[in-house]
Amino acid sequence: MSNAVEIVDLHKSFGELQVLKGINASVKTGEVICIIGPSGSGKSTLLRCVNLLEQPNAGQVIVHGVDLTHRDVDIDAARRRLGMVFQSFNLFPHLSVLDNVTISQRKVLGRGRAEAEKIARNNLEKVGVGEKARAFPAQLSGGQQQRVAIARALSMDPQVMLFDEPTSALDPELVGEVLTVMRQLADEGMTMLVVTHEMQFAKEVADKVLFMDGGYVIEQGPAAQVIGAPQHERTKTFLRRVLDPTHLDVTE
Amino acid sequence: MADSSTTLAGPASGGARKLSPRKRRQLSLAAQSLVLVALLAILILTVDGSKIQKSFFDFKAAQNMFPALFTVALKNTIIYAVSAYVLGFVLGLILALMRLSSFAPYRWISLAYIEIFRGLPALLVLMIIGFGLPIAFDGLQFPLDPYDKVAIGLGLVAAAYMAETFRAGVQAVPPGQLEAARSLGMSHSRAMFSIVLPQAVRLVIPPLTNELIVLFKDSSLVSVIGITLAGRELTKLGSDEAIKVANSTPFVVAGATYLLITIPLGILVRRLEAKQRKSR
Repeated sequence: MSNAVEIVDLHKSFGELQVLKGINASVKTGEVICIIGPSGSGKSTLLRCVNLLEQPNAGQVIVHGVDLTHRDVDIDAARRRLGMVFQSFNLFPHLSVLDNVTISQRKVLGRGRAEAEKIARNNLEKVGVGEKARAFPAQLSGGQQQRVAIARALSMDPQVMLFDEPTSALDPELVGEVLTVMRQLADEGMTMLVVTHEMQFAKEVADKVLFMDGGYVIEQGPAAQVIGAPQHERTKTFLRRVLDPTHLDVTE
Repeated sequence: MADSSTTLAGPASGGARKLSPRKRRQLSLAAQSLVLVALLAILILTVDGSKIQKSFFDFKAAQNMFPALFTVALKNTIIYAVSAYVLGFVLGLILALMRLSSFAPYRWISLAYIEIFRGLPALLVLMIIGFGLPIAFDGLQFPLDPYDKVAIGLGLVAAAYMAETFRAGVQAVPPGQLEAARSLGMSHSRAMFSIVLPQAVRLVIPPLTNELIVLFKDSSLVSVIGITLAGRELTKLGSDEAIKVANSTPFVVAGATYLLITIPLGILVRRLEAKQRKSR
């Protein structure tokens, strides 16, 4: 299997603050990678560097053989290969659900209205919000909005999907519907990079789990190993806090 | 220590001399009403009602204003205000985009423009356009004189204010919108025009409507650049007639005609603002 995404010695700082201190990772085509870690560990920044929403200070991001960090790369064209789903959905509030999903197909890929709407409806159907095509984002629940956001990204035919804490802004009872859609995507063989706090999802769906802390990848490997039998002290502490928060020592 | 501070803030503090907050509110309201009634009484007693009526509400003195009040003056007021508004809107939008550009010279030019035209009185700008430019640039013609002069003069000033309004609107759109658009492969300018600007313009419709109200009033300044009878607007017609009949009623009639336009616009602004608050 070839590498879909290759991250080489990636550094990123905001002013004095070093957020990424040399990240190396690779994602094979069809793999699902979950990135876990405490907040402030740099996992969201890593994801945002992969599609260059943040400009890395050093290192490379190579997507299907194209070095996105090269100075002469057409970043708009490169980003089309990468679908992104945000924590806060970021649907376009002035457009209907259908227009949200068709606008970049039409303006960027140059698809005609009929074709774009057909693709949009297929994807909306797939994520279970087909009947909401005429609604506006404000009329939808958080879970529905996030599923529309997934359909919007899928409609650009991405080779890789990036998820930045896709369920963190949702009411607890709406988390499941979004995770179900993501699991379905994974089953269909989509290459996915997921920043998440949903350990159960990571355990069951991820081929590989990356644990990040303080700007480094501390531990990576199969989900069962990193979550089930972590080697590093920091991974163990983090997982204990996340998985069993009611039985901690006060001193932790 | 903790004990003493509790006593100070407690309900029994100050003893019986102090009024309860409710009593104090009632007393203050009564005092304010009394002042209001006293002022009204003074006004009624000191003002000579018949004199006021004769100088401001003698509608015979204003009858010469019709029908020119509507067919000429109101029409011209609308043309001056709306043409200046259109120019100000387009130029203001361009200036706002320059102000937000990543290319520094654009930002400098825009900032300099805004600072200059926001700081100059509209009257002075109109004079410079009306008298200064034709002399400075030999053979410069204003083919639609005075309409083009006014549109440019008032529009240049309005653009400075509208540029700042547009900029605030663009900055009020959450950054996630631009990120989402860019992550879908849109270029920066495509994302700006398809995603950010439509939302920004919606946000600033109320303040932009206020700017239209301002322009309706500022159109009264055009009389300084010398206009023909056919170019008169409400204030000029009102003052011409007032001088002719030596009575102030034409001022009142002209003023009422402004309100005919500006009050509905004001109501519209409040409605739009209420609608925006609700949709948030």
